[in-house]
Amino acid sequence: MLYNFATVFVFIAFGALFVGINLTLSRLIQTRNPHPMKLSTYECGELPEGDSWIHFNIRFYVIALIFLIFEVEIIFLFPWAVVFKKLGTFAFAEMMIFVFILIVGLAYVWVKGDLEWEKPGSVSDQRFVEVRKESETGELVA
Amino acid sequence: MPTPVFSASLTLTNTITSLTTLSETLTSFIFMALGAMIITGLAAVLALVGVYLERKISAHMQDRVGPMEVNTEIPLLKNIGHGWAQTLADAVKLLIKEDVVPDAADKKLHLLAPFIVFAATLAAFAVLPFGRNLIISDLNVGLFYIVAISSFVVIGIILAGWSSNNKWSLFGAMRSAAQIVSFEIPASLALLVVIMAVGSLNLGEIVAFQEGGIHKWLIFQYFPFNLLAFLIFFIASLAELNRAPFDIPEAESEIIAGFHTEYSGMKFAMFFLAEYANMFLVGVVISTLFLGGWSSPFGSFLNGSAFFHVFWIALKAFSIIFVQIWLRWTLPRVRVDQLMYTSWKVLTPFAFVAMVGVGLWMVLLN
Repeated sequence: MLYNFATVFVFIAFGALFVGINLTLSRLIQTRNPHPMKLSTYECGELPEGDSWIHFNIRFYVIALIFLIFEVEIIFLFPWAVVFKKLGTFAFAEMMIFVFILIVGLAYVWVKGDLEWEKPGSVSDQRFVEVRKESETGELVA
Repeated sequence: MPTPVFSASLTLTNTITSLTTLSETLTSFIFMALGAMIITGLAAVLALVGVYLERKISAHMQDRVGPMEVNTEIPLLKNIGHGWAQTLADAVKLLIKEDVVPDAADKKLHLLAPFIVFAATLAAFAVLPFGRNLIISDLNVGLFYIVAISSFVVIGIILAGWSSNNKWSLFGAMRSAAQIVSFEIPASLALLVVIMAVGSLNLGEIVAFQEGGIHKWLIFQYFPFNLLAFLIFFIASLAELNRAPFDIPEAESEIIAGFHTEYSGMKFAMFFLAEYANMFLVGVVISTLFLGGWSSPFGSFLNGSAFFHVFWIALKAFSIIFVQIWLRWTLPRVRVDQLMYTSWKVLTPFAFVAMVGVGLWMVLLN
């Protein structure tokens, strides 16, 4: 078993080595004409504006959190699935209770709207439009 | 448990150890390295073949011919024609292209990202069974290992997007990571169905379970739950490969080129190769898990030697790849919120249904 893992390790090392050899080969025979325009950040032909390491949508973080929870659940399910054939009904029922608790979690996250991505024309946009309409007619806006 | 041929070289190792002064570890290492080199070469060649196939198949589906120019004058290969050397020419072109690393980019991370992506993709090839004894490393947690090491690709992608110091790269990398990660859940749940049916994570044992003919293939057992698992795993793997219809991160008209906007030359080639090698990996994994692996669908007919085994698994893997290419050039691209909807609200509940269904079936039958 350890022999097999050692083989895998040698494999990963060779994968990295393969990339290394190719990149070195390329470095040896490529042209090299650096020019300030070439080395500037690409922004569809315009001059780059602002820092690129800007804040990003919080949705990514939420998706990562939800993924983490379900991935840990799946990791718990893997060993159970391997021995499932030899276990009886009791083990199945026990694991189904665990899965059910997590499905309730998925349902909660679903209903709460945490699985929504920002769709174009969402409710918050509507409210914004209403506020603008109010201000255009001259009435007091909150 | 089948003896892997390169580990059955343990006996060869012992012979050589007793004959020469080389130590046992060194000889084992040489054999492992040999296996690694062969599979690396195979993966690279298959990736190039995959690129060529994609261009040709997409061309014929769009009623044109694709690349026809690049042939050779070497006597034996002269009459193949059909531009077969196109990808070779492309590889050489990428080799001699200048490696433009933007001034603002983080040079060390920019260099590290293609290593991680390619090494992680290649590492999964170590456990693929190409024949009864043709596995480099017959891990008893083979399937789990594949799932785990494929998740490393996400790290490489985020690193690529972050280090490029380009808003579009960052957004592309974030979206790609969110996509891959969201589709990992239904993919792993679909795999659980296979594991429950077979009772092992060892890929060699999974294929041995399906030996004996097409009626024993896992896709036809426990109907319809295994078929559901196959479909879920196929769709989820399309998304994990960033292929259409889920290819927002690398679409030509979206966010420029996503996380590999600021990559040129050989580094870009590494990302590209990794994607097509991953496509082949997914093809072989699906064939192994659901379509009977290297065993013949006719039972023991045409199932004798390693030649037939390699033929069958190649046939099955390339059929899966053909369907992937076919889907890319048939379906329109899916919007990013539709993508998230598909993963969390459609695939995951159905994957749970498949898993619970198979579990109930097995419990009620016993």
